[in-house]
Amino acid sequence: MSASFFLVILLGLASLAYMQGKRRAFSVAGGVTGSASLHSRPGYYGMLTAVWCVLPALLIFGFWMAFSDSILTGLALKTLPASMQGLSADQSNLLVNDLRNLVAGHVAARDIDPVLQQAALQYQGMERIGRIALGVVMLSMALFSASFVYIRIRPEMRARNHVERIVQGGLVLCSTIAILTTIGIVLSVLFESIRFFQHISVTDFLFGLKWSPQMAMRADQAGSSGSFGAVPVLAGTFMISGIALTVAVPIGLMSAIYLSEYASSQVRAWAKPIMEILAGVPTVVYGFFAALVVAPFIRNGGGMFGLNVSSESALAAGLVMGIMIIPFVSSLSDDVINAVPQAMRDGSYGLGATKSETITNVIIPAALPGIVGGVLLAASRAIGETMIVVMAAGLSANLTANPLQAVTTVTVQIVTLLVGDQEFDSPKTLVAFALGLLLFIVTLFLNVVALYIVRKYREEYE
Amino acid sequence: MESMSATLDIGDVSFLGANSMAQEKIVLTDEKVGRENRTTVGNQFIDDARMTCRDVNVYYGDNHAIHDVSIDVGRNEVLAMIGPSGCGKSTFLRCLNRMNDTVDSCRVSGDILLDELNIYDKSVDVVPLRAQVGMVFQKPNPFPKSIYDNVAYGPKIHGLASSRAELDAVVESSLKKAGLWEEVSDRLDQPGTGLSGGQQQRLCIARAIAVRPEVILMDEPCSALDPIATATVENLIAELQEQYTIVIVTHNMQQAARVSQRTAYFHLGDLIEVGSTDRVFTNPRHKLTEDYITGRFG
Repeated sequence: MSASFFLVILLGLASLAYMQGKRRAFSVAGGVTGSASLHSRPGYYGMLTAVWCVLPALLIFGFWMAFSDSILTGLALKTLPASMQGLSADQSNLLVNDLRNLVAGHVAARDIDPVLQQAALQYQGMERIGRIALGVVMLSMALFSASFVYIRIRPEMRARNHVERIVQGGLVLCSTIAILTTIGIVLSVLFESIRFFQHISVTDFLFGLKWSPQMAMRADQAGSSGSFGAVPVLAGTFMISGIALTVAVPIGLMSAIYLSEYASSQVRAWAKPIMEILAGVPTVVYGFFAALVVAPFIRNGGGMFGLNVSSESALAAGLVMGIMIIPFVSSLSDDVINAVPQAMRDGSYGLGATKSETITNVIIPAALPGIVGGVLLAASRAIGETMIVVMAAGLSANLTANPLQAVTTVTVQIVTLLVGDQEFDSPKTLVAFALGLLLFIVTLFLNVVALYIVRKYREEYE
Repeated sequence: MESMSATLDIGDVSFLGANSMAQEKIVLTDEKVGRENRTTVGNQFIDDARMTCRDVNVYYGDNHAIHDVSIDVGRNEVLAMIGPSGCGKSTFLRCLNRMNDTVDSCRVSGDILLDELNIYDKSVDVVPLRAQVGMVFQKPNPFPKSIYDNVAYGPKIHGLASSRAELDAVVESSLKKAGLWEEVSDRLDQPGTGLSGGQQQRLCIARAIAVRPEVILMDEPCSALDPIATATVENLIAELQEQYTIVIVTHNMQQAARVSQRTAYFHLGDLIEVGSTDRVFTNPRHKLTEDYITGRFG
């Protein structure tokens, strides 16, 4: 009997509790005719009974899931002879690992001490008993709490308010999970970054102009010190994102204006979905499109003008990335332009404004906050985009303003630093977290700036 | 644009499918009852008219919204158009500066002349026409810009001011004519949407005046305003009349009686009666007009 089986039984009990609670609500009210005397609709009484049936039992279940392993392991270790007790931290860790492997039935690496074997058996036995105990406690708790509510069902019981409060608690819980996850990710990146900054100073990282992340295996090795200046990497990110936005913002905005103001409904009906398909193309497809089609094209085209274009260029990656983010700009802009009330257009036309005057002077300003929002979303996509740049922009960290040369970006470097076997105490690996933190701060800063701009220049209509 | 117009509320004729269907049915049943007693009575024609409308028919798709309306609008007069909801008065008003062009399914036949010019002639450009025939809408719709920019918008796009000082002067005089200058002169840079409903409507009137129109069309300009703001706008109409020709659609018969010299009564797409306001309200000649102004329906 596995633990999840208890959950199924619990679900069955809950639906039973729902029906019983509802039936009791009817009966205390005196049948269907008397249900008007109930404080809440009968379903709420059933719901309350069901919720009380499930929640306490679930709490017990969660508690068991969280703590059973450590409790059982502790108990099993207690049975070991004294010689195996007070070991050093490393050795007892090893012991616990062996124990776990034995319990799970994995083949252990070294010869097994029969004492340990005994402890593992002990563990398994206790777990079996514990699980049965869990089932008994859970189900009796469910029955007990459900009948506790069931007995107390009266017409004046405020079942709806109780249920709504519980639902509200559930909503708060969900949003808390999202917030806590965010905080957790930020903190973990932050702590790893701090470990990195214990090796390399913050100023070297932020203002260093050379990016060559390598550490010596031995102290006497040649080129033993790597350089971790983030400027070239960051500059590459900004250049490629800049090129992408230069492509995407005008094209996206213009197509949004065409679709929402000029296109007939038939054109709109098929053009808009097709544009949105662009957003559905996997980035890796864009990536090889950039590397195999666009980059050679630019290289050959540049060659005709006597330009020296490297086969992996920022321009190729930026152009393709720009195409990729067009739908973000166009789709969101289209929506906000459509949301501008017809009264604004009428007012403008009524003054003798032409269509283009109306669009540039009235509609775009009114839609500006939404348009900026779309551009911002596109910018974050561009900054965070990895696949296209990995394939088309190259890995060499050139600090250059020439878009025809190969550059690298923050995301690409994070990928290359963490791919393969790495030791997690060397700056070479830890710098990935510092880069991640930097990227996070940059996008956060962009968001704040954009919010400020929108708030300052927004033109609100009712 | 299509999706806009589909949800557009054209004054009285709410053009969402269900309503227009319902309206169409009414028109059909009425036609069975007989159209002969719907010919216009009263004095619809006048000498030296500013706008001349002859046999105007308006169709929304298959829905025949306006039937053979012929009427003159005099110089410096206020013509009030009254009638029950869905009678076509707003639709007709919107024909006078071709605002109906923005509704795709709308078709207009007949002649509408501004002075000697047929405004539905192919050679006529709607842009200067709408500058000549301005419009104030039912719901105040200031642009989401500052008060100054709201008024300056029209003059800017029509090139009516060559310098900032001239523009300032146009804005000031328009706001003064609209009776709003005293209230907003110290906060011209504040958003127009932050004003109260009555102030917003006067701002929209100032905005219309600023392009120096000859005719101002008002589509129930006070329906969203409280009585005090309504009184202000009505006084304003009386003052504006000295310089402009005004056509006003209203649901409020007292308002029509207060502000207008001539009144036209519309019923289900027909122009039933036209006459001097005093005469129409005291001595209506048509049974339908009498029923409406005595409150038997409406």
